[in-house]
Amino acid sequence: MSDLRMDGELTVTQRMAGLLPKSDTPIVPKNSIAGRAMVAVVAIMTFLASLTVGAVMLVRAAASDWQSDVSREITIQVRPETGQNFEGQIQRAIETAREFPGVGEVRAFSKEESAQLLEPWLGSGPALQDLPVPRIIIVRIAPNATPDLAQLRKLLNERVAGASLDDHRAWMDRMRAMANTTIFGGIGVLLLMLAATMLSVAFATRGAMAANRPIVEVLHFIGATDRFIAYQFQRHFLVLGLEGGLIGGAAAIVVFILAGLAGKWGAGFSGGEQLAMLFGTFMLGIEGYLAIAIQALATGLVTALTSRHTVNQTLRTVE
Amino acid sequence: MVRFEHVGLRYGLGPEVLRDLNFHIEPNSFQFLTGPSGAGKTSLLRLLFLSLKPTRGLITIFDNDVVSLAKDELSVLRRRIGIVFQDFRLLDHMTTYENVALPFRVMGKDESSYRGEVVELLNWVGLGERMGALPAVLSGGEKQRAAIARAVIARPQLLLADEPTGNVDPTLAQRLLRLFIELNKSGTTVLIATHDIGLMDQYDARRLVLHDGRLHSYD
Repeated sequence: MSDLRMDGELTVTQRMAGLLPKSDTPIVPKNSIAGRAMVAVVAIMTFLASLTVGAVMLVRAAASDWQSDVSREITIQVRPETGQNFEGQIQRAIETAREFPGVGEVRAFSKEESAQLLEPWLGSGPALQDLPVPRIIIVRIAPNATPDLAQLRKLLNERVAGASLDDHRAWMDRMRAMANTTIFGGIGVLLLMLAATMLSVAFATRGAMAANRPIVEVLHFIGATDRFIAYQFQRHFLVLGLEGGLIGGAAAIVVFILAGLAGKWGAGFSGGEQLAMLFGTFMLGIEGYLAIAIQALATGLVTALTSRHTVNQTLRTVE
Repeated sequence: MVRFEHVGLRYGLGPEVLRDLNFHIEPNSFQFLTGPSGAGKTSLLRLLFLSLKPTRGLITIFDNDVVSLAKDELSVLRRRIGIVFQDFRLLDHMTTYENVALPFRVMGKDESSYRGEVVELLNWVGLGERMGALPAVLSGGEKQRAAIARAVIARPQLLLADEPTGNVDPTLAQRLLRLFIELNKSGTTVLIATHDIGLMDQYDARRLVLHDGRLHSYD
């Protein structure tokens, strides 16, 4: 079909029914060096932060396991006393513990087992048989029971000479303090990483704003409000932030899965067994992976909010 | 439409680059703004498209005192003014269609409401076949026509053009001038800043001549 153009020339135009162009290109171009650098920065930060979150959660879970194991067990130590029948002392201690409400299994170490415990320090010579080695009695607490340990301690002191009860409280307190220190340390590291991410994003946003200044100017000239322009950049950086967060979070999840698998494969080796003893199976569990996913999303949002603030600040200086 | 009364402009603590400007621009009028390089044409244009505020005097555009307007109010007022730059200022990552449709996107309009209008205008300025092309592959004349289409797509009441024929050959310059004349005939007030005397001689219109920061009007 022929049309008359506004400068008077004849032109042939296409009626492109159904093939009309679409206006869906982002106003702020997605692919730029600054954009790629920002995705890399956010991905690295998210990866490190996710490793920190995972490590803190592993330590917390391991400490909780150790505490629950240890708190379900108490130890009675019986020292030989002059003028006392040592085996009788031990038997009285066992009976006192067994009769006490809330106590489950009670087992005394034999003389040989006690000697074995001291073997690394004293050797295995016959002299060990003559030494007055104290005897250990392991007392397991019945499931769902909370025995009155102060009362048990009092009873033992009254009935058995040379008996003392250790509920591992001091050790557990130290363990709890260590776990808490690790968790607070982890939170501190996370906050520092968040601050570093925000600063990097602010610098990257300023860089992107400078690189895209011609676009900002054109938008101003055609009547865009600061809010509209800020929205375009915020959306741009939200996409970049989420992309970086997703890459970093996914990489961290892969690392934890591989570490878990490596832990399983290494279970037969001595180093692997020690690691498993300390950290369990190295598996994060669903809540750990969820925490990493939430953190990756949060990094994307922090990126968007930081860039929004920086964009608004920059726009205030543009006429 | 536009009223300048005793307007002066200086940058920082420097001397006044525009001095005591007094003039009106009437609705549906056509004028050239001319003068030697450094006379203050670009500064005057920046005052007209609200990118600068005067250091003294009164400027009213569409009955608004520009000095008292907030930044967002200025943005909304700019939608009634179309601007064409000598260097086109098209967004390189967007197609011709997207560049021309940009003012509608800024207004928050739904694409289905303006698509036909943009296509029609692109056909009208002879870019019907180049809608999907990026600015990098357009010729100078095509870029300038795309820039003009973007400036007029939202039907501005005032069209400002800064050296619109500075980067094109004389034949294309003549065609672009005809395009501006047609726009003026359809009701748009036009002001073209140029130092191309040949171009001005092709059309009998009011001439605003800037010299040494002062303005002289020749009707």
